[in-house]
Amino acid sequence: MSARATRATSFGALLLARTWRDPRSRVASVVLALVALAALLAPLLTPYDPAAQLDIVRLRSLAPSLAHPFGTDPYSRDVLTRVLFGARVSLSIAFAAVALSISFGILVGVVAGYVGGMVDVVLMRLVDAALAIPRLLLIIAVVALWGSLSVASLTVLIAGVGWFTVSRLVRAETLVVRDRDYVVAARALGTSPWRHVLPNVVGPGIVNATLAVGNVILLEAGLSYLGIGVRPPTASWGSIIQDGAERVSDLWWLTVFPGLAIVVTVFACNALGDALRDALDPRQLPLSASEDLVHRP
Amino acid sequence: MTEPLLELDDLRTYFYTDTGVARAVDGVSFHVNAGETVGVVGESGCGKSVTALSILRLVRPPGRIERGSAIRFEGKDLMALDERAMQQVRGNRIAMVFQEPMTALNPVFTIGDQIAEVARIHAGMSRRDAWAKAVEMLTLVGMPAAEQRAGEYPHQLSGGMRQRVVIAMALVMNPALVIADEPTTALDVTIQAQILELLADLTRRLGTSVLLITHDLGVVAENCQRVIVMYAGEVVEEATTATLFADAHHPYTEGLLGAMPRVGSDAERLATIPGTVPPPTAWPPGCRFHDRCPYAWDRCAREHPPLYQLGGGHVSRCHLAEEPEHRAHPHPPLAAELGVA
Amino acid sequence: MTTPTTLAPPRTRQTVAPLLAVRDLVKHFPIRHGVFGRVTGQVRAVDGVSFDVAPAETLALVGESGCGKSTTGRAVLRLIEPTSGSVEFAGQDVLALGARDLRALRRQMQIVFQDPFSSLNPRMTIGAIVREGLTIHHLAEGAAADARVKQLLEEVGLRPEYASRYPHEFSGGQRQRVGIARALSVEPKFIVCDEPVSALDVSVQAQVVNLLQDLQRDRGLAYLFIAHDLSVVEHIADRVAVMYLGHIVELAGVDALYTHPIMPYTQALLSAVPAPEPGVKRERILLSGDVPSPANPPSGCVFHPRCQHPARDAACAAIVPPLEEKAPGHWAACIKQPPSSVTWDEQRAAGGTRPPEFFLPRAALHRAAQAPTTLPPTA
Repeated sequence: MSARATRATSFGALLLARTWRDPRSRVASVVLALVALAALLAPLLTPYDPAAQLDIVRLRSLAPSLAHPFGTDPYSRDVLTRVLFGARVSLSIAFAAVALSISFGILVGVVAGYVGGMVDVVLMRLVDAALAIPRLLLIIAVVALWGSLSVASLTVLIAGVGWFTVSRLVRAETLVVRDRDYVVAARALGTSPWRHVLPNVVGPGIVNATLAVGNVILLEAGLSYLGIGVRPPTASWGSIIQDGAERVSDLWWLTVFPGLAIVVTVFACNALGDALRDALDPRQLPLSASEDLVHRP
Repeated sequence: MTEPLLELDDLRTYFYTDTGVARAVDGVSFHVNAGETVGVVGESGCGKSVTALSILRLVRPPGRIERGSAIRFEGKDLMALDERAMQQVRGNRIAMVFQEPMTALNPVFTIGDQIAEVARIHAGMSRRDAWAKAVEMLTLVGMPAAEQRAGEYPHQLSGGMRQRVVIAMALVMNPALVIADEPTTALDVTIQAQILELLADLTRRLGTSVLLITHDLGVVAENCQRVIVMYAGEVVEEATTATLFADAHHPYTEGLLGAMPRVGSDAERLATIPGTVPPPTAWPPGCRFHDRCPYAWDRCAREHPPLYQLGGGHVSRCHLAEEPEHRAHPHPPLAAELGVA
Repeated sequence: MTTPTTLAPPRTRQTVAPLLAVRDLVKHFPIRHGVFGRVTGQVRAVDGVSFDVAPAETLALVGESGCGKSTTGRAVLRLIEPTSGSVEFAGQDVLALGARDLRALRRQMQIVFQDPFSSLNPRMTIGAIVREGLTIHHLAEGAAADARVKQLLEEVGLRPEYASRYPHEFSGGQRQRVGIARALSVEPKFIVCDEPVSALDVSVQAQVVNLLQDLQRDRGLAYLFIAHDLSVVEHIADRVAVMYLGHIVELAGVDALYTHPIMPYTQALLSAVPAPEPGVKRERILLSGDVPSPANPPSGCVFHPRCQHPARDAACAAIVPPLEEKAPGHWAACIKQPPSSVTWDEQRAAGGTRPPEFFLPRAALHRAAQAPTTLPPTA
């Protein structure tokens, strides 16, 4: 009885299956799906416009009620609407920034690891230098120079300071994979080894990406809270908190609801990232169907 | 007849994994007498390493030694001992030598320290006495300039030297039994010869019993008085070494002997055993070897063979013991018809 | 007595031109220290190796870990760039080829690896793995390529429907077969087998060895078979080269090597192989100490510190023994085993105190009957 009658399962499918078996990831995925759905369907879920000042005389700073489940802010805007639309902004910044930074980080990491030599030295010293400066300070410095930023510029900026760690992780993985026999075999066949190296080194990058989404949400919230994030009147979770910053105890709904949204989303991202990292653990990778190996050289 | 030093009685060790229950060791019984060297031979997936770990109860979850398994050592049932009592046995009365010397030694401690630690823990020796004992053991295992080298770290030594250190650690407390799990597989052949020679010499002098686990029949021939052959979690044959090589009964043993290339033989082609070992989560019904066996008949697919007694301590788990006439009609095994691999 | 010659390299008895001709191959790896990577020494992995491989023959390269056999195999294929020396394949100078020509040559020289775990890309189906060579060298496309892949899988003993499965679903022996199919896909004439069965169980080893022999017979392949297991080598090789610390110390036809090994290291190696004959207490030649580091090899004969030859003396530490023909087709590097081109006077001048004498201990022999005291007569 040789290879059993299993469906052919690719590495990717196996990874997904194993991640899904982990209860953390199931809960996390559901949560993230709900948040994303809410963001997507925002216009359908609320009759108000996020920037609309409803009635500056009578409807400002109202506590949560049936008509306004999350209350209203000092500008008489409906907070629930702002949280929902804010989700769009926060999530899109997070996903876009992470996508950009991870791609760039993987590229740099693979090139540094594979080519080695001076290229590696130069790139890695650059990364080391950049890592020495706190991200927040870098961003503040840029904003100070350029003034307040559009959402797009903010995204690019966050991406620009976020790719360093990924490049180191991917470089380390590349150093290992580069000497594997199947890469040597590709060279022996006369093919370019790139298509063999790349898919096998992105693993740590993917884990990092999942965790990074959470980090960027927090970063953007922090920046908006400091007033150097998204420009008003655009709603993002951080800017809503900013609006209620001076009267946190009175207008508690301006801090609590967006705060909860952040916590729940970041938690879910981290849980998913952890599950993914465990699933990628090489010790857990499936061993051969029948182990007729005497010892691993 | 004196009681054997070690007696396994229906040992079962199962692993409860996501993909099913892997019955790695499925009813193994054998014994080791005082002063003898017994070889356990089998290929990967047969359960020999798990058997070794089970004897010392080193199996961790999801693995578990099933209730009903008995491991009698020096008259006591090791299964009945609590963890603390078991720790008194490990390294002290039963010692283990593993395959990979580099991972068996802690890279941050000197080799002298590691040997001394065993003496300190089990014999309560003082630091100075334990160190002296360590140097004595290193000399015993043939390490040159033992006094000086005891202060070295594992990475400073070659594979053969490290394995000597591991053997020294195993023999410090003069255990009654040493379990050696593929002790030379990771070593070069000239070093292998040195290490096996050392082990044989020391155990003979000290009267230690050895359970030598290996895949190499040549090693078994030169070092063991008795041999146990394992396949698919069970013992399939047991005999004295001379009998096994001259008069093997079980078709798997025959297959192994035929598949081994030997220096000095004139064979054109190596005899192979078609097919592969079944997975431990799904042992086939009947005889577990039947689909790879050249003599199998319908009884073999249906009825799981017990260990038949062939006389003189020779046992074999094969229906040919009762119906030897089938040996006259070899045929291509089922596995060969399904395609070699 | 034929004058031992050290200029002409060890050749097969056939007069056919060799498929692969390696001369004085050297590979040193620099040892770097410090922040700026100053080179402080060299690991002399391969230190002047020469041999030929004829078409459709198997030359085995045996030795223990650190002897340089794997490095030699890869250097011959230029998967590692040699430090110096020459490699000629089918008349072409492999080391001088540009990238494009090298790629074309790659079709003819392939490699099979030792570790079935890491020799296949876990992200590709085995069909894709075998097909890659066909695509790169434009040997087949589309449906024709699929058919060819299935044919290759069958040829190595795997069922064609396995093409859509991934490596992790297969056992070690099956993965080795896939590796062999991949090597065969480009129709090579020469395959470097780098310890292809060392990591497999005995019964699976037998399957793969038989497969390699069948393929050689059916396709006329030449093999450079790298291994440390002398019993497998005796089975599959036509000629055997024994390596130690980057040098070839003996090279002979397989029968000759196993029945009368000349070089003391080969003798020790053979005596160390455990023989499955219980009750026969074999004497062993036990080598003292460990293999020296290739970064710091001994002077003169690299084996001299561990050598058991009764005539070993200071001359062995001073003179690098040439690899010379001791009997027709049987080459060995030892100044103490006659005949030698290094005369006794020269040895004495270098500090020698014991004249050469022929030494062949019983312990080195596996067939108990023989224990010749001299070599078979030279032509």
